[in-house]
Amino acid sequence: MKDLSVDHLLGIKEITKEDIHIIFQTADTFKEIINRPIKKVPTLRDITIANLFFENSTRTKLSFELAEKRLSADVINFSAGSSSVKKGETLVDTANNILSMKVDMIIMRHPHPGAPHFLANKTNTCIINAGDGTHEHPTQALLDTYSIKERFGNVEGKKVAIIGDIKHSRVAISNILALQKLGAKVMVCGPTTLIPKFINQLGVLVEHDLMKALNWCDVANVLRIQLERQEIQYFPSLREYIALFGLNMGILNQLDNPITILHPGPINRGVEITSEVADSDHSIILDQVENGVAVRMAIIYLLAGKINRV
Amino acid sequence: MKSTEILNSLQVALTIRRLCSQLIENHNDFADSVLVGLQPNGVYLVNRLKKELEKINDSPVLTGALDITFFRDDFRRNEKPLIPSITNIDFSIENKVVVLVDDVFFTGRTVRSGLDAIMTFGRPLRVELLTLIERRFSQHLPIRADYVGQSIDTISEEKVAVKWKEEHGKDQILLYSPIKT
Repeated sequence: MKDLSVDHLLGIKEITKEDIHIIFQTADTFKEIINRPIKKVPTLRDITIANLFFENSTRTKLSFELAEKRLSADVINFSAGSSSVKKGETLVDTANNILSMKVDMIIMRHPHPGAPHFLANKTNTCIINAGDGTHEHPTQALLDTYSIKERFGNVEGKKVAIIGDIKHSRVAISNILALQKLGAKVMVCGPTTLIPKFINQLGVLVEHDLMKALNWCDVANVLRIQLERQEIQYFPSLREYIALFGLNMGILNQLDNPITILHPGPINRGVEITSEVADSDHSIILDQVENGVAVRMAIIYLLAGKINRV
Repeated sequence: MKSTEILNSLQVALTIRRLCSQLIENHNDFADSVLVGLQPNGVYLVNRLKKELEKINDSPVLTGALDITFFRDDFRRNEKPLIPSITNIDFSIENKVVVLVDDVFFTGRTVRSGLDAIMTFGRPLRVELLTLIERRFSQHLPIRADYVGQSIDTISEEKVAVKWKEEHGKDQILLYSPIKT
């Protein structure tokens, strides 16, 4: 098998279909390993990884940290809220200071789109994008598509509807790119105001009627309404959004065929999805979380294998 | 490279039968013992041993496949990436005697990785090593096999290839040596 075609994971846009298959195949092995009595392997014992989180994160950060620790890497954590960034330090200075401590890899989340690309050009280290503003969240898309593959055996030919706040969602962009690379058909569904105009250029179907979208798809990836990124009000009220785009058991029972539900988390229970649906057999939300660790282990392992081969 | 046959098809079968007899001497009906093949090549040998043991003993033998990729000591030291194979051990090894199986025992580094890897599945009572071909005088580590099919003397530039009927149509073990100029 070949190497990954990239030295960083900046976005799904930069990687190939073959890269995704290599990541999935490696993740299969890690999934087996994290279900052993001893879940740790010594592979990355000579690698140090810095988690630079310039934006809040719970599950992505925990998932990355667990993946790093299960590979035996040394891990340092950095949160912008409690750092010198508040004192005016630039991104490159912060990164270079951390790299001076002989760090081999940076996992970075940043509120500004393109920040990991900028850092990859300015520093001499391996960067993994853990979410950059409203741009990309490649590891989430890889774990989502891996979970679909695990459920159906194949992603090719599957119909996937991404539902909710597409405009502010890096998960949506990365998922669209990953699903299309793997041969799935993609539809986005949400209020007109939350679907960006450029979306047509990505070759996806657009639907504003939830029932039509759900009757079309095999898989629904339901996104959170990102109130923290909305500078203006995009819909009249949360109650109206729930009435038109909230997923509940009544709707699922009306569908012609059963569908599989994904959600990248955190869930706003009772808003985009009801508790009943989130906890039902349709949902593979907890599988996504488990697969997240395995997929991130695979990505870190494959990229670390390319660092300064001796 | 010039090739020389070390064992032909009949000799491979006889050697496997002899190894099985030795295993039965120590493990009886394998009630408390398991065979674990090191991926990828040890797994073919394990399947042959299992078939032969079950024929002689008429009782089932637990077997598994162990991938050692993430326990190797040459990560980032190869031109090619180390891509893992499947591990399949669907039984507990706790307090069992584990016989690690590989086709060729060369430097001992693969076995060292295998020892670390098997311990992530629990605490076996004892671990033994079986190999079809032992390349003498080339060990890098103080590890020795308990069951040896055939010992051969080789130089490090030579290569031993174990070919199985399942993949190559017939069982054969070859030694490839560089041609002297």
